Amino acid sequence: MSKDSNFDRYRRRFLGGAATTIAGMSLAPGILLQSIGHAKPADEAVSSDVRWGMLIDSNKCASGCNDCVQACNDEHGLTGFGRPKTDSQWIRKATLKDKQTGYTQTLPLLCQHCEKPPCVDVCPTGASFQRKDGIVLVDKHICIGCRYCMMACPYKARSFVHEDLHDQKPWSPRGKGTVESCTFCVHRVDNDRTPACVEACTAENHNAMVFGDMNDPDSELSRQLGKYHSRQIRADLELNTGVRYRGI
Amino acid sequence: MKQVDFREIEGGRPFYLLLGCIGLFVLAGLGSAYYMEHNGHWVTGMSNQIVWGTPHVFAVFLIVAASGALNTASISSVFGKIPYKPLARLSGLLAITLLVGGLSILVLDLGRPDRLIIAMTYYNFKSIFAWNIFLYVGFMAVVAIYLWMMMERKMNRFTRPAGFVAFIWRLVLTTGTGSIFGFLVARQPYDTALLAPMFIIMSFAFGLAILILVLMASYKWSNRPLGDAILFRLKNLLGVFIGAVLYFVIVYHLTNLYITEQHGVERFILLDGGIYTQLFWGMQILLGSLVPLALLYGPTGKSRGWIGIASMLVIVGGLAQVYVIIIGGQAYPLELFPDKYVTSTFFDGMINSYAPSLPEVILGLGGVAIALAATLVGVRVLRFLPISLADDQVDPHSSSGEVKATA
Amino acid sequence: MQTTMIRYWCTALSLGLLLGLPAALRADDSLLPVIPRAQGRVSEAQGCVRPTEEMRKNHMKYILHQRNQTMHKGIRTRQYSLKECINCHVSDAADAPRYGDKNFICSSCHTYAAVDIDCFQCHSDRPEKTATDNPLAPGVMRLQGKSVIHDDAGQPDDRQTLAAEGAAHE
Repeated sequence: MSKDSNFDRYRRRFLGGAATTIAGMSLAPGILLQSIGHAKPADEAVSSDVRWGMLIDSNKCASGCNDCVQACNDEHGLTGFGRPKTDSQWIRKATLKDKQTGYTQTLPLLCQHCEKPPCVDVCPTGASFQRKDGIVLVDKHICIGCRYCMMACPYKARSFVHEDLHDQKPWSPRGKGTVESCTFCVHRVDNDRTPACVEACTAENHNAMVFGDMNDPDSELSRQLGKYHSRQIRADLELNTGVRYRGI
Repeated sequence: MKQVDFREIEGGRPFYLLLGCIGLFVLAGLGSAYYMEHNGHWVTGMSNQIVWGTPHVFAVFLIVAASGALNTASISSVFGKIPYKPLARLSGLLAITLLVGGLSILVLDLGRPDRLIIAMTYYNFKSIFAWNIFLYVGFMAVVAIYLWMMMERKMNRFTRPAGFVAFIWRLVLTTGTGSIFGFLVARQPYDTALLAPMFIIMSFAFGLAILILVLMASYKWSNRPLGDAILFRLKNLLGVFIGAVLYFVIVYHLTNLYITEQHGVERFILLDGGIYTQLFWGMQILLGSLVPLALLYGPTGKSRGWIGIASMLVIVGGLAQVYVIIIGGQAYPLELFPDKYVTSTFFDGMINSYAPSLPEVILGLGGVAIALAATLVGVRVLRFLPISLADDQVDPHSSSGEVKATA
Repeated sequence: MQTTMIRYWCTALSLGLLLGLPAALRADDSLLPVIPRAQGRVSEAQGCVRPTEEMRKNHMKYILHQRNQTMHKGIRTRQYSLKECINCHVSDAADAPRYGDKNFICSSCHTYAAVDIDCFQCHSDRPEKTATDNPLAPGVMRLQGKSVIHDDAGQPDDRQTLAAEGAAHE
């Protein structure tokens, strides 16, 4: 019971402050969506009415910035062991330099959550699977650690856990001998939040990443995708990725 | 009609000594697997960039060789070539033992080998890996039945249909193994339908080379006569297979050289890939193909010693070929932005480095040892080896012109 | 023949008594697992989410079913959630037992029954409140942008209004 009233007090304080903040913030242009839509009740299964996607604007991505990577690492407890070759990276910043013109840009690379994921096709046990709402996940309960999905992924999105892990985050279980990759922060998304990387990018006002429901024409993501040109990496593979990029 | 009699090899001290030596390698392999599983794969040379390493090179080589080892039996049962019939049983035994050796490496290298039951009960049938599990296990059953048909006199009339089933099965199996790589659209060196038939041809060469070596060794050490008639047939056949593999390699690279998109990876393999280029030209082409061809078809082709050396070179060249395919294929980066130079903290856009680590090599050798130990025990316990493969036993042109193989 | 039989049965009996001696010598039940107390109870009548006897027999079925529901369907009900089991059954003290300890909720019984579980190779064996930066903890500051979502009647459902209404109710 005492837990409830603590929560009530929190809520009062927070909403009071939030209402004021919102009034101010709603005046500023180009506010990116953080609350992404109607919250799904906990006992309701996800459906294909929703397709989660992301838009990354490379033009707004600063070359020295690592906020999205840091946020992901913190969120999921990807502390690393000082062994870059075998440490997991769910999202990384890549620097691109045009071979002819020398133009340089950066962008984050992560699991593209394809509509037709090659990793799902090749997994022998079906551990690599796609949820109805488009998020591609590894069911680590049945992953045998064969790493075939890592061979198949065109984006090198997957990492293999090479050592014993301890003190995992309770909302992000991960363990030795299984394969893992970006989950679009599914534990957040199921609770009506945005992925940690997008949240961090927005909190620092870079606004290079937008997350939302591609099937919802009124979502911020859909509006942005409809407004300016964007494309998939390796569009030639016709995987229909959930992550789109602007500026490549 | 001449009967071919089969008998187990003699036991005794030399047998146990050899088995003990091989057994040490098996134990070392198991120990290495435990070390890798207990500490996690960071103790190996494999990484997030090179996810399949030396154990997989050995495993794929053994699995490919296993299906090729059955060739000799198929030649007799399916294509009716009588002189090969006495070898059919050994051929079947090698097919099973080499496959077991290869599979044990694969299973022991898994991130979660304790989940083997899951691998055998949860299936995603779009995955060629899932199909391969059925193909591999089914192959062992099919060959076991085939051996039974050959070894039990009452069942001899079913040898031909059993052999046919085994032949088709092994073709599907090797196609499946080649397709593991051929189905990967993501990587430049893979993603070609050519890999499946290339693996089939490779299996012919590797399997026969191993069969020749096992045959020569077992007959020498058990003091049984091995005539030139059968041996020369085998070595000529090996030459044909080496030539066929060379053909596929040439077609693969020539086609890729024609495709601008593939120039990067071709340049890497053929020119400036460092160890991979050296392995390709030095081990695979020169030592693994051209030199054995010369040895087998030249004046040295009459000498047992040189035939043995040629077979060994084919095996070494085969390992190099699989190494270049599997590891060289992963070393070349994924082309996400073909018109850009890419760098990142996750080793994008650069040639990935890899060095075989001791645990991996020992695990691979352990798998080879498992295959050899199983073969050794097999020929000791059951009647796989003919008492004599002397020319008058084998050659169809002697006496009545027909040789009938019985239990 | 009969002497052999007698000798056999005598040996078997004495061996059995010898092996049972340690248990016989103990006056207490220290061979049995000591299952640590949870942080609270669901109700007066029932300790856990299902009656104790039922949990003892079937907890694995609930966990297994829930894991497939959560993993594949995104159903995150709390009744059979493994995370909630840990939240209740493991204390948030810094020196609370970890997986593998005799006093940890799962290993206390599982070590005794010699049934290996691999849950905690991946799952955290500490309650959620001990983890830092919980993204879903109440009171964690969230940025809320203006959004327009539609309710069932097709009317725009302004988050801002909702938030203000919420504040007005307090």
